Amino acid sequence: MSFLSLTERDREEMLAAIGVDAIDDLFRDIPPGVRFDRELDLEPALAEQEIVAHLEELAARNVDTGRELSFLGAGIYDHYVPAVVDAVLQRGELLTAYTPYQAEMSQGVLQAIFEYQTAICELTGMDVSNASGYDGTTVAADACYVAKHVTGRARVVLAETLSPQVRQVVKTYAPGFGLEVVEVPHRDGVTDPDELGEAARDAACVIFQQPNFFGCLEPAPDLAAAANEAGALPVAHVDPVSLGVLEAPGAYGCALAIGEGQAAGNYQSYGGPHYGFMAARSDYVRRMPGRIVGETTDVEGRRAYVLTLQTREQHIRREKATSNITTNQTLLALAGLVHLSWLGPQGLREQGETCMALAEYAKERLGLPPLFPDQATFKEFAIRVGRPAEEAIRTAREQGVHPGYALRRDYAGMEDALLVCVTEKRTQKDIDRLVEVLAA
Amino acid sequence: MAAAESYPDELRYNAEHDWARIEGGEATLGITWFAQDSLGDLVHFEPPEDGAEVTKGSSYGEVESVKAVSDLISPLSGTVVEVNAKVVAEPETVNEDPYGEGWLVRISLADDSGGGDLMDATAYRAFVAEQ
Amino acid sequence: MKLIYERSQEGRRASSLPANSLPVPDIPDELRRDQPPRLPEISEPELVRHFTHISTRTFGVDTGFYPLGSCTMKHNPRVNERVVNLPGFRDLHPLQEEDGAQGALEVMWRLQEILAEVAGLPAVSLQPAAGSQGELTGLMLMRAYFADRGEADARTKIVIPDTAHGTNPASVTMAGYEVTPVQTDPRGNIDVDDLRGKVDEHTAGLMLTNPSTLGLFDENIEEITQIFHGAGALMYYDGANLNAVCGISRPGDMGFDIVHFNLHKTFSQPHGGGGPGGGPIAVREHLEPFLPVPAVVRDGDAFRFDFDRPKTIGKVRGYYGPFGVFVRSYAYIRAYGPALREMSEVAVLNANYLLARLKKAFELPFDRLCMHEFVLSARPLKREHGITALDVAKRLMDYDFHPPTVYFPLIVPEALMIEPTETEAKETLDEFVDAMLEIVRDAAERPELLKEAPHDRPVGRVDEVKAAKRAVVRYLFEDHPDLSEETGQARQLEAQKGA
Repeated sequence: MSFLSLTERDREEMLAAIGVDAIDDLFRDIPPGVRFDRELDLEPALAEQEIVAHLEELAARNVDTGRELSFLGAGIYDHYVPAVVDAVLQRGELLTAYTPYQAEMSQGVLQAIFEYQTAICELTGMDVSNASGYDGTTVAADACYVAKHVTGRARVVLAETLSPQVRQVVKTYAPGFGLEVVEVPHRDGVTDPDELGEAARDAACVIFQQPNFFGCLEPAPDLAAAANEAGALPVAHVDPVSLGVLEAPGAYGCALAIGEGQAAGNYQSYGGPHYGFMAARSDYVRRMPGRIVGETTDVEGRRAYVLTLQTREQHIRREKATSNITTNQTLLALAGLVHLSWLGPQGLREQGETCMALAEYAKERLGLPPLFPDQATFKEFAIRVGRPAEEAIRTAREQGVHPGYALRRDYAGMEDALLVCVTEKRTQKDIDRLVEVLAA
Repeated sequence: MAAAESYPDELRYNAEHDWARIEGGEATLGITWFAQDSLGDLVHFEPPEDGAEVTKGSSYGEVESVKAVSDLISPLSGTVVEVNAKVVAEPETVNEDPYGEGWLVRISLADDSGGGDLMDATAYRAFVAEQ
Repeated sequence: MKLIYERSQEGRRASSLPANSLPVPDIPDELRRDQPPRLPEISEPELVRHFTHISTRTFGVDTGFYPLGSCTMKHNPRVNERVVNLPGFRDLHPLQEEDGAQGALEVMWRLQEILAEVAGLPAVSLQPAAGSQGELTGLMLMRAYFADRGEADARTKIVIPDTAHGTNPASVTMAGYEVTPVQTDPRGNIDVDDLRGKVDEHTAGLMLTNPSTLGLFDENIEEITQIFHGAGALMYYDGANLNAVCGISRPGDMGFDIVHFNLHKTFSQPHGGGGPGGGPIAVREHLEPFLPVPAVVRDGDAFRFDFDRPKTIGKVRGYYGPFGVFVRSYAYIRAYGPALREMSEVAVLNANYLLARLKKAFELPFDRLCMHEFVLSARPLKREHGITALDVAKRLMDYDFHPPTVYFPLIVPEALMIEPTETEAKETLDEFVDAMLEIVRDAAERPELLKEAPHDRPVGRVDEVKAAKRAVVRYLFEDHPDLSEETGQARQLEAQKGA
């Protein structure tokens, strides 16, 4: 077995040193009533090349974005991941390191997390970021837990234009947190600040998404103001790739900024693993869930990095912890850091502008009625395709194009609505092809 | 720099390693040398608000070191009249001078403040020896 | 080493984008970014160099022995990296139609079947992102189960042993339950007498890892099962220590009703500096209706999602779980086949070998054979020479070993929790023993060497008190403080938990 290093002779010597005759003797404390006495009913072992062949065969049955021209977004995005991200993630030390509890062994990964935290704070305009949450949905539940403890209130308000998956996850966590969940419906594809403000009275927090699930730009500063006036924490769920062109939540009064990091540096990977990010104003640092890396010095006065404020976390505060999270998404967050460093501030802005420009071109060339004509959009937009959206998707896919997401899967009364996503990976020719295929 | 071990005679102590200095209708509260030694260097004091009710046997705040968090368990019942701002700003004051500058809160005592069963210094020293 | 922001130079840039002359639509003023984010401005050569230095200043399993108890730092096979990066997996959108994702669905279904067999429980959800999330999901399942039976208000307590990992009580609180602690007896088992008085009609369940964090198999597990099931309560298995018993004893057969796996421990998902992981759960039939949606089911030769689960607790995370982790774990298990048992046998052999060779030099809290890990106490070193478990850990670094877990579980003073895993060679174990024995000798003869360790790392002991007090948690550019102005006295975390 190639993953084991002991030889037969090693085993004999070791058993002798322990003072038993056979490996089976080592399990003598296990009561006979719970011993598993047959062989595991698993398929036979494969040699390495057989493993590769088997997985290749399975992978070949998936229609990935290399095999289909894709305009599918709705929360996970086909953005370009540069080669440097792959190169860094393959470095064995980073790939196989544990959580950096022993700071002197882990200055590299600790510094990288510190750099990641800085990048997230820069993007969101906040003072403190954690080292990542599981994904863009669980960080919303985390935000509710923070808000509950900060405000003492027992209700959370979610905009209906917040991703359906995010809302569903918040509703799954809410009963255990003792929280009631209220949704504010969309008005013409965005959220009305007055309605939000009304719902936010007695709420611990308000969560809205920018750009929202429909791709529309919300009146985010007004939503944050309405929440603040009602005494609820405004939480913005943001697209990291949009933050070169759209204002940072910290600049318009938000208490917390969260989101799904996948668009910055991760492949789509059938939905995971990716990373959720969470950043907050300094007032909330002690209530933040997840790991935080801080700067300090060592005995010689050299700059050093270390996990800090660990008294928030489960291994110390146990039942009163800010979260139970232990393993997080560090490696994927580091991919995000590499990606954002590769982009730089100019690159991030250009990427955002390119997505917007291409999306605008797509809207014009498609010429199909927008679902929300009065709203500005970022990289996604909803159009009416004049027949059930699933039908349009089916016929398009028969021609090698995935045209987008059928909004009726999550929203009533949107049978013919298609959410089209255009990233910088699409060209004008690609868009012309989409137009052709949808017109058919 | 931590203080030397001591348990002043004029104070009263509870089993959770908190002390009280009772002066007329008020008491000053803090944590003992044993408590600060177990916790290590304090990095944070989470105080109650002025005017908050404090109940004997219940938590009125928290102190944190790098490795641990500890509830502050009040030896007496009353109302907070002052929080030690110096400790809020420099929590390590508690390690340096747990009974003097490291006091945590001052309370005005309730009618039935419940001080009857607190340990004196001798009893507390014996209690610590068993820990 | 500089921060990447300190390598930044205005005007440098690594990225290139295709040329585009299309007009950019206007963004309303109040929504438009005012100040650009201060991301690094760096060229590709500088970027690559920076992260190469980052990685060489990080110690991974690839670098050396990493005996962290309860973390299972085993070798991460490279073939797993090759298959997870196949475009058919890597570039697949989760909302792709099911007919375009049959290969992915089949991977998930097959992994479910495997985990059901290993657990001895029939129904599996792959959704939870990590062990902690598996725990929380399991507790939510308990709540849903009891609510369905009209017992939700009555059953409010979860029993947890005093050796439990901190995630257990944290999860209990997040699920809206209360912790009832139970003690450990002198043999390292749950104290059954203490337990009997604490389980009643108000108990929802038990959370236990078996073997425990002491590395010991609970000899009374059958009686414990009777106590809980007899009271109408459920049993939850924390799978953190499953590496000890795969194919040897199944949690379902031990009596557990809900099990979570740690794919990043038992099933070789690399730890990545802290994550990602995977925390799938397996449950008994009567809990299946409550599992997260969607379920992955087989329909003849095809695979699909089933969202029609009216009693589901809902979704605990986005999409279907950490799919990339599934691919790696699946490939890993396929390399073993039914011989997966051998993985556990060798893990237990390696641990007992180290225990046999080290126990006389330290204090052994429980004199039994161990499972895949064991706990020693450095208390004698502290009493006689003032050398703590922390000092031992820091000195091990100078031998190019990652230290074991220290100060956990909480019931053992000056604890050292050692888990070698099955992938280590005997020579490595012998070198580790030699180092530990030399450290014990140095505790007596050259204690200052230990007190001032590590000597050979990029930094010496770090000042954690300063870090907590100053809370500098991001780079502040022109305003970034120079922390070396203040005295750099190392005041170290004595109670680090590495599990």
